[in-house]
Amino acid sequence: MHPRIFCLIGTALASLLCTTNSALADTAMPGYQLLPAGRFNSALSDAENVANAENDAGLWVDAFALMDKPVSNSEFLRFVITHAIWQRDKVPSVFAEARYLQHWAGPTRLSVSTDEAANMAQQPVVNVSWFAASAYCESVNARLPRWIEWEYAAAADETRADARADPAWRERILSWYSQPSNTPLAAVGQGPANFYGVQDLHGLIWEWTEDYAAMLVSSDNREQNEQNRLKFCGAGALSIDDKEGYAVLMRVAMLSSLRARDTTANLGFRCARSLPSQAAGKQP
Amino acid sequence: MTRYHPSLILFGLAFLFGCALLLFANQAPQAPQPSKHSQATQAQSRTPREPSPSPAPARTAVPEDSVYQLQARFTNQDNAEFVLAERAGGVQLVAMFYSSCKYVCPLIIGSARGVQKALTPKEQAKLQILLVSFDTVRDTPARLKATAAEHKLDLKTWTLARTTQADVRKLAALLGLRYRELAEGEFNHTSELILLDANGRIMARTDKMTPIADPEFLAKVRAALK
Repeated sequence: MHPRIFCLIGTALASLLCTTNSALADTAMPGYQLLPAGRFNSALSDAENVANAENDAGLWVDAFALMDKPVSNSEFLRFVITHAIWQRDKVPSVFAEARYLQHWAGPTRLSVSTDEAANMAQQPVVNVSWFAASAYCESVNARLPRWIEWEYAAAADETRADARADPAWRERILSWYSQPSNTPLAAVGQGPANFYGVQDLHGLIWEWTEDYAAMLVSSDNREQNEQNRLKFCGAGALSIDDKEGYAVLMRVAMLSSLRARDTTANLGFRCARSLPSQAAGKQP
Repeated sequence: MTRYHPSLILFGLAFLFGCALLLFANQAPQAPQPSKHSQATQAQSRTPREPSPSPAPARTAVPEDSVYQLQARFTNQDNAEFVLAERAGGVQLVAMFYSSCKYVCPLIIGSARGVQKALTPKEQAKLQILLVSFDTVRDTPARLKATAAEHKLDLKTWTLARTTQADVRKLAALLGLRYRELAEGEFNHTSELILLDANGRIMARTDKMTPIADPEFLAKVRAALK
C-alpha cells in the first residue's frame, strides 16, 4: 500500500475524534445550567440610561452557564489542597483577611469530628474573599457571575423566568432575610430548583459577583451633579429603579460595602461561564 | 538489522500529528475566551510567593500585604511586558484611567503631574508613575503611546500600561478602586492617586484630583522619597 494512505487515515481518524470531542465539550457541562440570552430589567440601572428611553426594554444579557448550586466546603477543600497558596495559613493578607476559612478546623481540614466534617462537606463554603472565589472559578475554567447575570437567574421562581412582580414571591424571599443568621447553614442543593434549574439563589447564603465593586450606588438621580462627575469618570453612579425589590437591594447594599479581601460567615459564591459565541445567541 | 518500512514511520508521524490536533481541539472549547482565560489562570497558578522572573537584583520576598502579590502580566506603551514585582525597589504613584475618558482622566494625569512638579529634580528622578488602563479593548500599547505623547509624558518616569480584564479587576480591587463598564467604552470609576512604597505596600492615597498637589498627600510622597 502507498505510505501516503496511512498518513491520510491517521489524520482522518484524528480529526474525527476531534469533532466528536469538541461537540461533547460544548454541550456537557455538569454542575451548570444554561441560561438563555434575553432582555432584563435590572433593579439597578445607569443614571444615564434611565434618561434614555431606548433602554426601557432592559439590558441585554448574553446566554451563560451558571453553577446550579453554590460551591460547597468539600469542593473548596479540594481546591485548596491542589492550590496550596489558598490555604488559610499561606494566603497573602492582601488576598484574604484573617477570618478567611476560619470555620474550618485546619488549613486543609473541615472538622476534627468525622460526623461534623461530613455535615460541613455539604454546606456552602463561606468566609471566602473575592480573590479566593475568583481563583476557585478560574481553576475550573469559569469566572464569578456578573451582577446582572446573578440577578437575572435570581428573578425566577420555580415556574416563571421573572417572578419579581409577584408580591407572594417577594414575601417568600424576604422571609429568609428576617431569619437570624446564627443558625447552621443547610446543605447545598436543598432549595427548590428554579425555572432555569438553579438552586439556592435565595434562602441560603449571600454570593460574590465578579463586578461587586462596580455597584456604585447613588440613592437618587439628582445626586448626579458636578461633584459626582469628578468622582466617577464618565457618567454618574447607579441608581435604584425597583425600590420594592428589597431582597435584591439588600444584596446590593451588602456587596457594595465589601472589599475584595473581606470575608463573612454567610458569604459564599458559585461560578459562571460565558458560552462560545456561536452558541451564545448574540444581541441582534 | 531490522529496517522499518517508510510507511510505518509516516503512519507514526500522522498519528502524532493527530494527537496534537486532538489535544488542541480538546482545550479550545473549555476556555471560551482563550487569551483571557489562559493568561488569568497562568497568573493564578504562579503562586504569589514565587520570586518573579525579573532580573532585578536580589530583593527580599514580596511582603504579604503588598500589591505586588498580584502576578498579572502588564504590557506598557512600548509593548514590553512586565509584572508589578519588577517595579519593586523604588517608590511609585499608581493610578487607573482610560484614554478615551474626557472628564476625569486628564485630571488624574494632571494631578500626578502636580505632585511631580512640586518635587525637587532629585526627588522627581526617584518617583515612578504608573497609569493602568481600565479599557482592555481600546487601550492598545499604540493608543497608550499616543496618550503619553498627547500629554507630553516623559517615559523615563511615566509608564502607561494595560492588562487583561480579569487582572484589571484584581488590580482595582487591590488598590481599593471601584469601576464599572458602561456602554460604548465609557467607565465609571473612582479616581485616586495611590502611593506605593518600595515593596508595593500602599502608603498613602488621595482623591483630590487637582493640578496643584494635595499638600497632605505631597508631604507623604516627600517623606517616602527621603
